[in-house]
Amino acid sequence: MALVSDAISHAVLPGIVLAFLFSGSRDSLTMVVGAGILGLLTTFLIEFFHKKAKLQSDAAIGVVFTWLFAIGVVLISLFAGKVDLDQDCVLYGEIAYTPLDMIILENGNLLAPKAVVVMTSVLLIIGIIITLFYKELLLTSFDPGYATAIGFSTAFWHYLLMGMVSATTVASFESVGAILVVALLIVPPATAYLLTDNFKRMLWLSSLIGVIASASGYYLAVWMDGSIAAAIATMSGVLFAGAFVFSPTHGLLKRKLVRAMN
Amino acid sequence: MEAVNAVKAPALEVHDLTVAFDRKPVLWNIDLEIPQGKLVGIIGPNGAGKSTLIKSIMGLLPLSSGYCKLFDESIDKVRHRISYVPQRESVDWDFPVSVLDVVMMGRYGKLGLLKRPRQADIDVAMDCLKKVGMESFANRQIAQLSGGQQQRTFLARALAQQADIYFMDEPFAGVDAATEKAIISLLRTMTANNKTVIVVHHDLQSVSTYFDWVILLNTRLVAYGPTERIFTQEKLQETYGGKLTLLSDVGDLIRRENFPNRE
Repeated sequence: MALVSDAISHAVLPGIVLAFLFSGSRDSLTMVVGAGILGLLTTFLIEFFHKKAKLQSDAAIGVVFTWLFAIGVVLISLFAGKVDLDQDCVLYGEIAYTPLDMIILENGNLLAPKAVVVMTSVLLIIGIIITLFYKELLLTSFDPGYATAIGFSTAFWHYLLMGMVSATTVASFESVGAILVVALLIVPPATAYLLTDNFKRMLWLSSLIGVIASASGYYLAVWMDGSIAAAIATMSGVLFAGAFVFSPTHGLLKRKLVRAMN
Repeated sequence: MEAVNAVKAPALEVHDLTVAFDRKPVLWNIDLEIPQGKLVGIIGPNGAGKSTLIKSIMGLLPLSSGYCKLFDESIDKVRHRISYVPQRESVDWDFPVSVLDVVMMGRYGKLGLLKRPRQADIDVAMDCLKKVGMESFANRQIAQLSGGQQQRTFLARALAQQADIYFMDEPFAGVDAATEKAIISLLRTMTANNKTVIVVHHDLQSVSTYFDWVILLNTRLVAYGPTERIFTQEKLQETYGGKLTLLSDVGDLIRRENFPNRE
């Protein structure tokens, strides 16, 4: 399931290009809408190939996202070659430029960087959805068969969850690029999973780990004078490795210790 | 097929049910009625469609034809009265939740949207854990449970729903003998309170002591009805026909005359 976010982050490319071609502008709202539709289409196609064509889910993910991403690349080279929608930017992003893209109020004052406003709204919306529908999301993720039997619409909650993943991906990758989106969507939760057995604590912990990775990665990049996105992804990998070895519940050391004691 | 006199106010009716995967029928033209308050075993060889039968009754699988009714209503109208114990392997036991978290899921259906579980729900969940002898494991992470404990956790979750009909898919798989006894006596108290319990079962030895009714299944319905009338040598051979290893099991059983009539 973790790789669905990877798939979405790449597969939204044709959505962005098509939104640009239809609207003729690089206004971020149309792009987010275009990308969001493609994000949901991606999860739908993955489910479809997995369930109907009996493809393994990893194979279904691989087929769908490479195909959609390739269509995006073809569309760019055919129709948008002269516009600044280049693939490097889409893939790697450039977080260093986000402060330059400010929202300017009518009286000429600067409000805040656009990315901050967009990401804060996404954070709020997702926070509210998780708070309100925590039990439904937990139940349908843990045991979809039982959930369906007792009358919960597993499909609805699944697509709501995947909709949130696509919204997050689309909103973030404009500023940080597809690769860092994947790093931050998957690695902090995986780290938190190694650190706790409690689902709520895992949600908070993964947010905290994401913040720590971003902040420490930023200072690492300043110190090295290197790519910020790469440094953040590196730091999240380092944190994961730390949890893998030192976690008090599932860590390598702890398991060795338990085995030695027995 | 053994005809059964029409059941009054049945808990479950199945009519002309056919289910196929890739155009191969797994269940063929099933017709049955189960009265309320019975402990019912679904018996048949591997691949006979036992799990498929309960899954399709609950609407988890698409039907090729036919329909099912529960308490004389379509399934979607009575979902709140239905409970399900899936096969243990159907979930990821490394999921970061505790035993109590899982049992609380049994209360979710009653709560409705936007409502959080209250103390009363926690009390019900703890009470159900006590019934299956798992109250001291409430805060244990589910990955640390043995197979039998996992099974009892699922059972407690089903109990917490306070439903009227329970579908259980191999609830005795990987369970030790003592636990199996405890579960059976629990199921007996449930049926004594007019709950209907339908169990997918594969151990022929225990059928006649456990179940009030049996459904003999092998893609098509061989027979269904009260155990002492239906669970006979002839019917079993019809169910397991062709499966030689199982036939010899049946032969052993019959030799030991292991089918006492239920009083």
